[in-house]
Amino acid sequence: MNETLTAVLTAVIPIVIIGIICAVVLVVASKVMAVKENEKIPAIRECLPGANCGACGFAGCDGYAKALAEGETTATNLCVPGGDTVSKKISEILGVEFEDVVEQVAVIHCAGDCKYTQDRVEYSGIQSCAAAKLIFGSKGDCPYGCLGFGDCLKACPNNAICIENGIAHVNTKLCVGCGLCTKACPNGLISLMADVERVVVTCSNKDKGAVTRKACKNGCIGCKKCEKVCSQNAIKVVNNLAVIDYSKCPDCDDFGACARECTTGCIMLSDFSGIHRVK
Amino acid sequence: MDFKGLLIILLSAVFINNYVLSKFLGICPFLGVSKKLNQAAGMSIAVIFVMLMATAVTYPIQKYLLDPNNLGFLQTIVFILVIASLVQLVEIILKRYIPSLHKSLGVYLPLITTNCAVLGVTILNITENYTFVQSMVNSLGSGLGFFLAMVMFSGVRSKIEGADVPKAFQGLPITLVAASITSLSFLGLTGVIENLFA
Repeated sequence: MNETLTAVLTAVIPIVIIGIICAVVLVVASKVMAVKENEKIPAIRECLPGANCGACGFAGCDGYAKALAEGETTATNLCVPGGDTVSKKISEILGVEFEDVVEQVAVIHCAGDCKYTQDRVEYSGIQSCAAAKLIFGSKGDCPYGCLGFGDCLKACPNNAICIENGIAHVNTKLCVGCGLCTKACPNGLISLMADVERVVVTCSNKDKGAVTRKACKNGCIGCKKCEKVCSQNAIKVVNNLAVIDYSKCPDCDDFGACARECTTGCIMLSDFSGIHRVK
Repeated sequence: MDFKGLLIILLSAVFINNYVLSKFLGICPFLGVSKKLNQAAGMSIAVIFVMLMATAVTYPIQKYLLDPNNLGFLQTIVFILVIASLVQLVEIILKRYIPSLHKSLGVYLPLITTNCAVLGVTILNITENYTFVQSMVNSLGSGLGFFLAMVMFSGVRSKIEGADVPKAFQGLPITLVAASITSLSFLGLTGVIENLFA
């Protein structure tokens, strides 16, 4: 017993002593040679949500707090998940005027669920969109559409995404607009949109009309009818796919005409109010 | 001092026993930070610096603390402990006194704290029974070898970026293939250094 104890102690004691010496040296060094950091950084960091989502364009919340405190950026409205409340707090700390945050929600530009399109192959590999895309490009008829394995769902910190009928849906009432899902989708189907908008193109197929039609009954066939009915010239068909310029939407006098007239119904009219507008 | 012996140690550490390409130590920065030339160079210079510092500190610890007390079995853990604290200390000192150097090396220093190439150099110095001067020369050579491998590989990777890679090989697979071919090329240097001074 005694021998074991001695053996253990001869190993433990030197390590502990060396560890303590190192610790003391490091603590003393960090106190003596401390570099003064801007005291606004922890204050701003405190206000931010701490999701480290990168929606502001900086490396996490720490990066944004540092950039604000050191004057790299003056925009206090970059934190989309935080919304107006965070922007107000930051503006108070920095003593600048409050800037309105454009609240955003994620929208999925694919509505080709199992009613509109069908599987081309039977995929039984790793249940992930990225893996399925690597093998056949897609498992369904449409090579652009939602694969439905929920890579976005896994990326979402707020459980705002669900998979129904084989494709992903965003519950905008839960979406904070962090944009993590936009990076997770291997087909790039998800984009962020200001949550005041009411129309959205729910297709990303860039094939010619006939090809698209064959793959999915919901697909945009590029018929340009929306271009014609839009009173503001806000819709353009680019690469056989309708694209809406939302900056022109507020002036629209016949709102929702594009969705009403869309031949395949891929332009949808709906309420996308996000979490920040839920009272 | 046997100058020729030192030169052989230096050159073989750079070319023959290259830590990354022959001993497969320090692979993670080799694959992780080699995307851009300036980052690769920054990281490698930090590694050279830390390797020299670590050897200078761990060699006396081994010779005057562990060996006389029969504590050789504690070598690995003590070295990890000392190297990690040393790198932290260096970072603090750099941040305070040489901010410009901290800016260019700072981000890489924490990455190196437990890098296996650094630990490998310090331990191999002991097992090879090098003297203090030989150890320092070996560390310098290993660091330079790391630098060479990183800079070479970042060049290879920039070429790959422009190449038309088959879809299945894109990303990490082609990087690993390129790394293995780069490593093969170093095999051709075996035996050159010893015969150079024969």
